[in-house]
Amino acid sequence: MKRKLANIAHGRAGDKGNTLVLSLFPLREENYGLLVKEVTAEKVRELLAHQLKGEVTRHVLPELKGILFTCENALSSGVTTSLALDAHGKSLSYALLEMEIEDKLPE
Amino acid sequence: MKQKIRIGCGAGFSGDRLEPALILTEKGNLDYLVLECLAERTIALAQKRKQIDPATGYDVLLERRITGLLPLLLQKKTRLITNMGAANPLAGAEKILEIAKRLGVQVKVAVVVGDDVFDRISGEELTLEGNLPLNSYGKLISASAYLGADAILPALQTDSQIILTGRVADPSLFIAPMIHELAWKIDDYELLGQGTMIGHLMECAGQLTGGYFADPVTKPVPDMHILGHPLVDIQRDGMAMFSKIAGTGGLISQQTAKEQLLYEVLDPRNYLTPDVVADFSYAQLQELGPSLIQATGGSGKAKPDTLKVSVGYQAGWIGEGEISYAGAHALERAQLAGETIQKRIGDQFREFRVDLIGQNSLHGEPLSKNQAPYEVRLRIAGKSDQKELAQLVGEEVEALYTNGPAGGGGARKYFQEVVGVVSILMDRNLIPSRVQIFES
Repeated sequence: MKRKLANIAHGRAGDKGNTLVLSLFPLREENYGLLVKEVTAEKVRELLAHQLKGEVTRHVLPELKGILFTCENALSSGVTTSLALDAHGKSLSYALLEMEIEDKLPE
Repeated sequence: MKQKIRIGCGAGFSGDRLEPALILTEKGNLDYLVLECLAERTIALAQKRKQIDPATGYDVLLERRITGLLPLLLQKKTRLITNMGAANPLAGAEKILEIAKRLGVQVKVAVVVGDDVFDRISGEELTLEGNLPLNSYGKLISASAYLGADAILPALQTDSQIILTGRVADPSLFIAPMIHELAWKIDDYELLGQGTMIGHLMECAGQLTGGYFADPVTKPVPDMHILGHPLVDIQRDGMAMFSKIAGTGGLISQQTAKEQLLYEVLDPRNYLTPDVVADFSYAQLQELGPSLIQATGGSGKAKPDTLKVSVGYQAGWIGEGEISYAGAHALERAQLAGETIQKRIGDQFREFRVDLIGQNSLHGEPLSKNQAPYEVRLRIAGKSDQKELAQLVGEEVEALYTNGPAGGGGARKYFQEVVGVVSILMDRNLIPSRVQIFES
């Protein structure tokens, strides 16, 4: 069944120049494997295509049970000169959580 | 040499509240209080202020913070380390002495000088962000290097109660007292990696204690109105325990710690600072009790030969205007207003943007729900090299009051000068630093 990431995960957005950094953690540790399987760099790029103009790299961190996405060319010309309302892209942590993934486990 | 030290973080950015720092100092029995108050463009803006008035350029909130904290810091024998010096730490130190005199106390301030490298920039250096020469961005106004713990250590070795810096790497503010008090070696990169991890967890203050974490539905956090800032106890072997003052709001958990650990980290296995290339990927974060977290597992390897330098340049003006619509056809009326302004002035701007707040202003159309909102706020923004043109944006939005669609209300206009910031790398041997003492 389809589940929205917002119900099973949490994370934060940060910026470095023109690169957006999105972290993703399961709310419950047992869902870490599901996130690794379903939340690929490609899916993130597709979901946020409106925003992300460069490469998306995924770092998987098994010891921390977390995933990090670095998204290049994501913040217009950079946070200091962007016209966007949310120039730092801080609210995008919740854009990622809009993703729906397939979860084979019962509710 | 101590067996352990206690550090509190009383500010995580330039606009942070004062009250949590007061509570930490009063009740925390801190060896050190750190106030981290510089963002990327803060120094560039401060540099501009200094150009107009050479007696300014330190953090605008320095006076408020020092006035509130100084008597407590002296009473509790807590040393302060802060980058509130911004673009003019020497003037900042003078101001601190002035405040001390007013309060009837005596203080010694050690200023770390050397981050300003504007005189060493040719303008031909290529930026990290775009691989373009600095001169191609615009008129350069500032260049400050991220100094490391090695620049702060000589200041700590004096008996100054306050260590005031300009630009330093945030984790370095924390790692310097660890090295100084716990007798760590400056090339023990494993330990420095652990120390950097500790500093990175602490440097955003409230973000570790549930601030910028809370979601009432999935991640509730109690008493955010009295959110306490964190403190950390560090042992000689690098083991760290994070906690907060009893009675303050917020919470420290594995979840808050994880979100902060990876915050703004481009590569968790290679986190570059002036002191070390740290590796956070093996971090162990253990909850030992309510709002009590133990952190181990940070490590690192040799520091880079270069230091990152933030360069500020003049990037024109941004003008904005907003107006709200509600009820029947609110979306259509807002869209009409947006089109009207676009047609009137859109092509006069290098960049021009029409947002519908409540519909698509943050994440664009694809993620917006396709149901008409009850109320929507039109936002127009334009970038120009000319101040008057930037101002025009807000003026045109305001003119919708009598020239635009029905029912528009709450118009606001803004404009501001834009300072762009890019970075380059510079050989650290070209960036010496020194300490200057100011005494009551």
